[in-house]
Amino acid sequence: MSNWIEVGQVNDIPKLGARVVKSLRGDIAVFRTADDEIFAIVDECPHSGGPLSQGIVHGKAVACPLHNWNIDLETGDVLDPDHGCTRVIEVAITDGLIRIFVEAEATGTHG
Amino acid sequence: MQKLIVIGNGMAGMRAVEEILKRDANQFKITVFGAEPYGNYNRIMLSPVLSGEKTFEEIMINTPEWYAENDITLHVNAEVTEIDRENKIVKSANGIEESYDKLLIATGSEPFIIPVPGKDLDGVISFRDMNDIAAMEDAISKYENAVVIGGGLLGLEAAYGLQRRGMKATVIHLMDTLMERQLDPSAGALLKNELEGRGISVLTEANTKEIVGKDGRVTELHLADGRVIPADIVVMAVGIRPNVALAQASGLEVERGIVVNDQLLTSDEHIYSVGECVQHQGNVYGLVAPLYEMGKVLADHITGSDNAYQGSVTSTKLKVSGVDVFSAGDFSGGDDCEDVVLRDAARGIYKRVVLKDNKIQGAVLYGDTADGAWYFQMLKDEQDISDIRDLLIFGQAFASGGGASQDPIEAVAALPMDAEICGCNGVCKGDIVNAVNDKGLTTLDEVKAHTKASASCGTCAGLVENVLKATLGDAYSEVTVKPMCGCTEHTHDEVRAAIVEQELKTIPDVYQALEWKTPNGCSSCRPAMNYYLLCAWPGEYQDDTQSRFINERAHANIQKDGTYSVVPRMWGGLTNPKELRAIADAAEKFNVKTVKVTGGQRIDLFGIKKEDLPEIWADLNAAGMVSGHAYGKSLRTVKTCVGKEWCRFGTQMSMDLGVKLEKMAWGSYMPHKFKMAVSGCPRNCAEATIKDFGVICVDSGYQLSVAGNGGIHVRANDDLCLVKTEEEVLEYAGAYIQLYREEARYLERTAPWIERVGLEYVKSIVVDDEARRKELYARFTHSQSFWQDDPWAKAVNEEEAGAEFKPLAVMTAQAAE
Ligand SMILES: Cc1cc2nc3c(=O)[nH]c(=O)nc-3n(C[C@H](O)[C@H](O)[C@H](O)COP(=O)(O)OP(=O)(O)OC[C@H]3O[C@@H](n4cnc5c(N)ncnc54)[C@H](O)[C@@H]3O)c2cc1C
Ligand code: SF4
Ligand code: FES
Repeated sequence: MSNWIEVGQVNDIPKLGARVVKSLRGDIAVFRTADDEIFAIVDECPHSGGPLSQGIVHGKAVACPLHNWNIDLETGDVLDPDHGCTRVIEVAITDGLIRIFVEAEATGTHG
Repeated sequence: MQKLIVIGNGMAGMRAVEEILKRDANQFKITVFGAEPYGNYNRIMLSPVLSGEKTFEEIMINTPEWYAENDITLHVNAEVTEIDRENKIVKSANGIEESYDKLLIATGSEPFIIPVPGKDLDGVISFRDMNDIAAMEDAISKYENAVVIGGGLLGLEAAYGLQRRGMKATVIHLMDTLMERQLDPSAGALLKNELEGRGISVLTEANTKEIVGKDGRVTELHLADGRVIPADIVVMAVGIRPNVALAQASGLEVERGIVVNDQLLTSDEHIYSVGECVQHQGNVYGLVAPLYEMGKVLADHITGSDNAYQGSVTSTKLKVSGVDVFSAGDFSGGDDCEDVVLRDAARGIYKRVVLKDNKIQGAVLYGDTADGAWYFQMLKDEQDISDIRDLLIFGQAFASGGGASQDPIEAVAALPMDAEICGCNGVCKGDIVNAVNDKGLTTLDEVKAHTKASASCGTCAGLVENVLKATLGDAYSEVTVKPMCGCTEHTHDEVRAAIVEQELKTIPDVYQALEWKTPNGCSSCRPAMNYYLLCAWPGEYQDDTQSRFINERAHANIQKDGTYSVVPRMWGGLTNPKELRAIADAAEKFNVKTVKVTGGQRIDLFGIKKEDLPEIWADLNAAGMVSGHAYGKSLRTVKTCVGKEWCRFGTQMSMDLGVKLEKMAWGSYMPHKFKMAVSGCPRNCAEATIKDFGVICVDSGYQLSVAGNGGIHVRANDDLCLVKTEEEVLEYAGAYIQLYREEARYLERTAPWIERVGLEYVKSIVVDDEARRKELYARFTHSQSFWQDDPWAKAVNEEEAGAEFKPLAVMTAQAAE
């Protein structure tokens, strides 16, 4: 089973910032860029599990707060020179309302 | 070991010492007396310091560490006033007496002050040392009109510097041509035009009659022909005189300068002399190249090998950016001389070579000086030029058959190995090529360090670089200063300067002005930028929390499992039962996994969830405790020992002082973390000598020291100075912190910062310059007025900040399996 779930408003997240959504499968980080684009990815760095929601957002990427790996928010891929990826979660925005797509068989990270 | 004393800590004396050490570092125990308060610096470079193209620390040749490493005793601020030749003892004005086996006098020269009425007014100065620069800097900040008397090399460099820094500069020159001793009238006229084009007024055939002032300070300069020129500062740059008073008083043979023989010995066989104070075969010199040659001969002789100084032929260049002037030898002309001249007014080029018996006597180049070294070499070699005579004036590329090649690297490649590249230091092309090949050098700085080429006046730097390029070929790659990060070509220092100069007040403004390549930077430049703005515009700049690392954003340390640790402040390492009880209660309530006493004398509570942070802060706040900033690039701790309050050795109240220091500095953001300590006596129980700022209490006051580090590279503090009162400790600490805040690069701790800028530089501001110290301290205090509130209390109270700590949403079972 899978679902689109409402998690909050775009304005609840600071520009170039992130907030966490708690789920039973673990935390999901929801990011807002300078241009108000919203991305969601599993809140776990592929390096050693750092909470990506706590990193510095720049462009369409986030720098992990633990060892500064950079993760592409669109694809979940780790940017050079490091390697790996984090699972991206689909997002839909209607009238400033953020919904994320959660699959029942979702796993944490892969990569 | 024999004892060698050097009088004069200048360019000639210290070069002679370097040459001696190169030959035999163990023959002499060397002691140096210098009348100035620094290690030795590159006097030539005072011109670029004045014009703002270099800083004082960039022109230091040898720092106090160099003296220490080479076991040389340096007495600064110690003018030698007496040489007792009978007992071989020298005495200084500040009461130091030392005996010698060999003595070296290198007292340089004194600027000549023309004896006109008004010469003693305030604002009438010379252009010779750092003091003069300080006086000029002072005038730059307060006044408008600068007059320079003397249109020679020095005067023009002074006028250029003052003009560039915003004053209106006028040059008063007695002769009808500028630099008449180096240039002929044609080149002189070109130069005059060029300078006037830059806004400098040049008055030739102008004779100063009187300097007039008001309330003891200069206001006007009157010329013999009646003209009156407004003047807030008058720089006399009309010539120098060998400084021979001391030698004369000691009974040495002195004429115009101290008379020396070909071994640089004076009339006393135990006393040598080198530098501008010397007269050799009737000649005295005023440029460094001959002085360095003297140093080599002296070093050979004093260490027991043979060599003779045979006088020098000199060449000069003007160090005014963008004005290329080269002059060498004698071009006064005469009946048996021939003149070869090339004049290209449109391109602003003038070249003149004076020949006698098919040999070069002199050369003047204006506008294009690339061939200067080539002409000068032929001049010194007395080379017969009949073969290339018709091409001579077109320069080396033509004359050596290369046709019309204008490629400067090919031109350098065509030079013979013994061609002189660096005139000041007498370095030939071959020396550079060998050093590059043998030592694998790849940058100009390395070549400079290994060969001294371009280490003095620096005008040959381009040539040296071309030799490097010609030698390395494809292996040469342009080296530029490291940019701040991948988002820009600009360095940290450039960004900082732009923020202040262009009054940029937000991060987007900076990106706009400096053409950032990324839309909102990266995790490396944004925190740096946020800090630079916050430091530059206290009270005005709106802190950008999204540009801070999570530690500063969440006012707690993120740990490896994503939980946080908090450290309440314990002023000076002191606490009490009430605080301890509050900490114990909080630890229990929030399920703290580990309670740890830190190296900085505080208590760290580990394993706290982000959403619990506001609550634990509220509890600690309620017991009167505030954030310890253990997460911040800011003041961390002030470690103390118990001092006079309890310890039987303590000399001062170290706990009390530690608390005062911490109350003054807490909350201030800095380029990196900052730690202080106060020990009550030299037993140093608080380990104050590996801190960013350390205080050791002694009977007579407080010994201050800086830039220590107990981290990866353990570094002991450098002594700053001794002060008498606690108030002074606070003022010096505040000023030092502010200098660090304003000048260090983000994430640069004080230890690497000081190693980069030099302890002397920091001392010259924080210790020697009372006015600047007070200004820095005032700026620090001002900035502190905005930052000394507890970020914990703020976050607890502010709704919005509190939201950072709560999840956006909590999904229940429906979203899962
Ligand atoms: C602004 C400026 C620009 C210059 N530009 C150039 C250039 O481009 N090219 C070039 O070749 N030359 C240039 N020169 C000249 C060059 O700097 C000097 O030739 C050189 O510094 C002389 O070296 P010195 O050691 O003889 O004297 P100094 O470097 O003057 O050293 C003498 C030292 O002795 C100290 N002293 C004097 N008496 C005593 C005493 N009794 N006890 C203790 N200490 C004493 C003085 O304080 C001084 O520090 C320039 C000079 C100036 C001022
Ligand atoms: S540093 Fe000196 S005063 Fe302080 S505790 Fe140690 S011995 Fe006592
Ligand atoms: S855990 Fe993210 S970079 Fe190491």
